[in-house]
Amino acid sequence: MALLQISEPGLSAAPHQHRLAVGIDLGTTNSLVATVRNGISVVLNDENGSAMLPSVVRYLADGSVAVGAAAQTMQSEDAANTIVSVKRFMGRGLKDVGEISRLPYRFADAPSSSAASGGSGQGSGMLQLRTVAGVKSPVEVSAEILKVLRSRAEAALGGELVGAVITVPAYFDDAQRQATKDAARLAGLNVLRLLNEPTAAAIAYGLDNAAEGVYAVYDLGGGTFDISILRLSRGVFEVLAANGDSALGGDDFDQRIHCWLLEKNCLSALGPRDTRLLLTHARAAKEQLTEHAETRITAALSTGEVIDNVLTRSEFQAMSQNLVQRTLQPLRRALRDAKLGIADIKGVVMVGGATRMPQVQHAVEEFFGQTPLTNLDPDKVVALGAAIQANLLAGNRGSDEWLLLDVIPLSLGIETMGGLTEKIIPRNSTIPTARAQEFTTYKDGQTAMSIHVVQGERELVSDCRSLAKFELRGIPAMVAGAARIRVTFQVDADGLLNVSAREMSSGIEAAIAVKPSYGLSDAEITRMLQDSTQHAQDDMQARALREQQTEAEQLLEAVQHALELDGDLLDQAERARIETQMGALRNTLQLTDHLTIKRATTALNDATVSFAQKRMDKSVAGVLAGKNIAELEVK
Amino acid sequence: MQPASFDFQQNHFQLFGLAQSYQIDMAQLEQQYRALQALVHPDKSAHLHDAEQRVAMQRATLVNEAYQILRSPLRRARYLLSLHGVDIQEENNTVMPLDFLMAQMEWREAVAEAQQARDAVALAQLEVRLQRETRELEAQLAVKIDTEKDYSAGAESVRKLRFMERLAEEIHAAYDAIDN
Repeated sequence: MALLQISEPGLSAAPHQHRLAVGIDLGTTNSLVATVRNGISVVLNDENGSAMLPSVVRYLADGSVAVGAAAQTMQSEDAANTIVSVKRFMGRGLKDVGEISRLPYRFADAPSSSAASGGSGQGSGMLQLRTVAGVKSPVEVSAEILKVLRSRAEAALGGELVGAVITVPAYFDDAQRQATKDAARLAGLNVLRLLNEPTAAAIAYGLDNAAEGVYAVYDLGGGTFDISILRLSRGVFEVLAANGDSALGGDDFDQRIHCWLLEKNCLSALGPRDTRLLLTHARAAKEQLTEHAETRITAALSTGEVIDNVLTRSEFQAMSQNLVQRTLQPLRRALRDAKLGIADIKGVVMVGGATRMPQVQHAVEEFFGQTPLTNLDPDKVVALGAAIQANLLAGNRGSDEWLLLDVIPLSLGIETMGGLTEKIIPRNSTIPTARAQEFTTYKDGQTAMSIHVVQGERELVSDCRSLAKFELRGIPAMVAGAARIRVTFQVDADGLLNVSAREMSSGIEAAIAVKPSYGLSDAEITRMLQDSTQHAQDDMQARALREQQTEAEQLLEAVQHALELDGDLLDQAERARIETQMGALRNTLQLTDHLTIKRATTALNDATVSFAQKRMDKSVAGVLAGKNIAELEVK
Repeated sequence: MQPASFDFQQNHFQLFGLAQSYQIDMAQLEQQYRALQALVHPDKSAHLHDAEQRVAMQRATLVNEAYQILRSPLRRARYLLSLHGVDIQEENNTVMPLDFLMAQMEWREAVAEAQQARDAVALAQLEVRLQRETRELEAQLAVKIDTEKDYSAGAESVRKLRFMERLAEEIHAAYDAIDN
């Protein structure tokens, strides 16, 4: 606990050594890992010197897994077992993925994890993929990518990571964010924060250029599109509005070329292998057309048929024009939400490999009336920014002169009568944020009530994303309308939702764990962790014990330090309670069971909550008092 | 020196060290907001233990909420009147001066027409006019609350402002509809 090593140097605990933390850009097409070394953010390369890890995972019959370039070279040969662009499936059900028939995978629909608790029923869970190595969820596939990046980082930095910042598209909803966080947990990473990709880019760009003013970040990745409007001012990065399309990216441009090839050659339904082959050629052609006016596509299909077509840049631009246009609508919305005009935008930062396409550059330039900024590598800028934030969050010194204020991209609401949505937290609210709403019973003696949480901007519940359905039970029987149930929706700094409820007239607290319709239950995560570590079970135990001991020792040291500095904030009873828990924790340190140590650590943490509050309030009062003594009423 | 205990139960004006009035110093509000967030934002305690992280989230949530209320003229007025114990009755008191209601109907029709004609220029003109009239209402509200201390008149202005806010939302929705 304690520490609150806020601004006063005297309050901080013993100086820590540099804590190893990384930023990870978990991309649709490629993934990267970066860290801050000697004050500079750098991307970490693999042993062959390449920074980008293709986000491709291949499952083999012997149970082994290939990730990256090795998997990519087999993507046509073994298309059904080689998962490409898995990010598009994160937190998504089968019905969300439109192009299923054109993808070379064997899908399985999973039952919703909340079905057991009266959730949204069958077929609404995250989709799954059948491979030779068994059924895999997108979370597991993503975890394989993250594991490779984690080992790369630990090898390069020579130690264990204290944590990682993982980037997500700003327009990712709760289910997609939760799935990303689950994947990181599964890969053994401590998630310091989920960071929005355009925000990460703004941090890298802004700190690098000491930028001030309002900037737009146009981020067209492999599978997602984001637009964020930020105000950069004296070290504060304030996101004013975010918008986007979480199912629009470079992949869609490949699909257009793919369809064009099918038409040109009068081909119909191809097998998985040929589909992947043509998509691979389509992507290569797209990249060629960035530099060249035309490109030739030649491929030999498994049927023996040979494809040989020339595609010109203007043909490509014509067939992809409406994809580019589709990015402009979120742009206009973001500007309106930020209550700004085009003239207010000082610079436009381009992010994502797909922004290399000339037609995208032209469209953005025409829309904003200025040349976009491309002086940072659009493939690396997100990872670089994430590393800078990871360094800050890990608590490394000299990195605390800036502050990030981000927003929730999509409104959160609940279902009301007639299948309509009632907004609880509007989009673009600065996070963390919370809203409490009171509900009542509509029947005499009603003891339960169900609440359906949705995310999205539309009026009808059926047009929004269903996040969770849960039932409040144990409401005391009263006449209709007498019970008052206060439901609190809390969105944390990762943009993730938590819900809790309390019956106000009786004071009964119903702690409800919301299991997102598309999320994984703790049991599923545990099962996956066990599956993936069955060979390394002993290592895991040892590591868990070591980590838990370290955490306990740090906590004890911190609390001791805080007691010495601010013990006068506590009364005797409070102090005694804390000291009892400290003693209990010390007694567990010699044990070999990490769970016992963890329980004692949690108990000490819980015992110090109000102490932490008092210390934070004291330092907050100090700051305000310094500025506004006359007007501040300190009780 | 007495250890200062900062009381998060105090009202939002006190939280930001502002005088309790409708007219506030927006620059000071923003400056204090940033100073507070620099202390309580969860990013500052991500490396600490659970207890601090939980406290930070609650504090930062409160600071965000208070800032959003004070920064919006309508929400600020509503909040200030509630501190004075005035029930604004936004939901049940719909008695409005006839000319105001007539004007509202004309507004609605104009927005609907612009939307139907997919006329973004007309919408922009309506938006500018709406903003101007909203500013005028806010200026009147400032006089009623801060100078005359006539809180029931203030409540009526708040109800009018709520109508204006709904119109602004409709214009916003019309833009979105044109976009689609």
